[in-house]
Amino acid sequence: MQEYDLVVIGGGPAGLAAAVAAKEQGIENILILEREAKLGGILNQCIHNGFGLHVFKEELTGPEYAYRFINMIEDKFIRYKTETMVIDLSKDKLITAVNKTDGIFTIQAKAVILAMGCRERPRGALNIPGARCSGIFTAGTAQKFVNIEGMMPGKSIVILGSGDIGLIMARRMTLEGAHVKAVVELMPYSAGLTRNIVQCLDDYDIPLKLNHTVTNIVGKDRLEGVYIAPVDENRNPIPNEEEYIPCDTLLLSVGLLPENELSKKATVKLSPLTGGAEVDEGRETNVDGIFACGNVLHVHDLVDHVTEESYIAGNAAARYLKGLQKQSKKIEVKAKDGARYVVPKFISPENIETDLELSFRVRDIYKDHYVSVYFDETRVAHQKKKILTPGEMQTVKVTAEMLNAHTHCNEISIQVEKE
Amino acid sequence: MDQKALVCIGCPLGCRLEVTLENSEVLRVTGQSCRKGKTYAIKECTNPTRILTTTVEVENGFLEVASIKTEKDIPKDKLFDCIKELKKVRLTAPIHIGDIVVANIADTGVNIIATTNCEALDT
Repeated sequence: MQEYDLVVIGGGPAGLAAAVAAKEQGIENILILEREAKLGGILNQCIHNGFGLHVFKEELTGPEYAYRFINMIEDKFIRYKTETMVIDLSKDKLITAVNKTDGIFTIQAKAVILAMGCRERPRGALNIPGARCSGIFTAGTAQKFVNIEGMMPGKSIVILGSGDIGLIMARRMTLEGAHVKAVVELMPYSAGLTRNIVQCLDDYDIPLKLNHTVTNIVGKDRLEGVYIAPVDENRNPIPNEEEYIPCDTLLLSVGLLPENELSKKATVKLSPLTGGAEVDEGRETNVDGIFACGNVLHVHDLVDHVTEESYIAGNAAARYLKGLQKQSKKIEVKAKDGARYVVPKFISPENIETDLELSFRVRDIYKDHYVSVYFDETRVAHQKKKILTPGEMQTVKVTAEMLNAHTHCNEISIQVEKE
Repeated sequence: MDQKALVCIGCPLGCRLEVTLENSEVLRVTGQSCRKGKTYAIKECTNPTRILTTTVEVENGFLEVASIKTEKDIPKDKLFDCIKELKKVRLTAPIHIGDIVVANIADTGVNIIATTNCEALDT
């Protein structure tokens, strides 16, 4: 059995940043386990630009952003194994993994960082009726075909869901010569970033059909077309208003789910709101010495935010390994009213030396509303926002002064208020 | 005077900009969180530009295709001209980030550069 101080599961942006941070804090014995042949994770197929503005102060493509971190991993001599699949993780941090050279092997870690990322919701999670023909892909699968394999999955495309990957793929397929006939979104707003609506749909005159859904799929061997229909206020399709769109490909961009199968095996407690672990300010889960960061914790819009969160987890894991983490009272952080969820779920004031950022998402679109932070019944922060949308993750700062002034507080809450 | 609403694409923040125009000249920009917003608003109202990112085929490499981009933003109406020219390009590995793939693509004065590394199968 091999032994490591820190094992990072997943070699995507979260895992790489967490490993770099832990190493910089003096943790020497680190191993990253990655199931793909190459480090970098999903960034390798995200060839579009817009990454790195926060972290590197310049605009990079996905592969360029990945290489910045891969180079740091190499320069810092951090060990990694690629084409290695972790198949089990116990709450005592015993890892079972498999690859072609080592076979099945076990590793005992003193601390573990979960950085497995997320998965796309597939057709099976949607209950769309109709034919089981070929030509239906998740947007990320299509992205892999086009950007990694160099193959086009189809010529005439309908995209269901307006998540960022769907929007990016609408542009990508158009540039490669396909005809993207429509992006169909069930909700009255897009799930993606507004800038992607502008530069991926508007630039190419691709219609975005809000309040619409796919009601039927037609095709025998290959997809021949889809029926779409507007939906009422309860998101139910309105009968007799169906429209047929001939197409050979349907892409699904209907949400991402944190990939927590391993976390469950290690008895990590998951939040029903985020699908990820319930963590404290250092991103430590309920299981001692197991941390989580990136999209396995909650789905992010920006890789820069993943990196920042992963630095936090890497630093906290280092403190844990050095025995510097204090066991103290935890204050619960709650999302109330317009706020749907907030990360972290717990704060231990004694472990906080600087300001703390809380990440949250709102339930609906709010214009000219305030984001407020309450310590029990006392409002300590109140910030006006022109617009808040569920597609864009928000952050709010909790300062060390606020925490010091309310040491006996039982609960911190985030609220979206009219005034 | 005309008012125009834009969403800045300078970064993922997506600032909502208000542009005041007179005879297609930009008088005032509000709503931006950084100076990129103003630059973007003026460009978008006079000469809209975009960064193009795509892939080209690779020979003798570990990758089937290599990702590439325009080194700077290019006029929006030149995007498909660039794509057409890039369809004819085949790169030979090894490839390094920043390598010039095509100089002065479609007469834009802008180079296409590689955004990934690709080792050669045999060296």
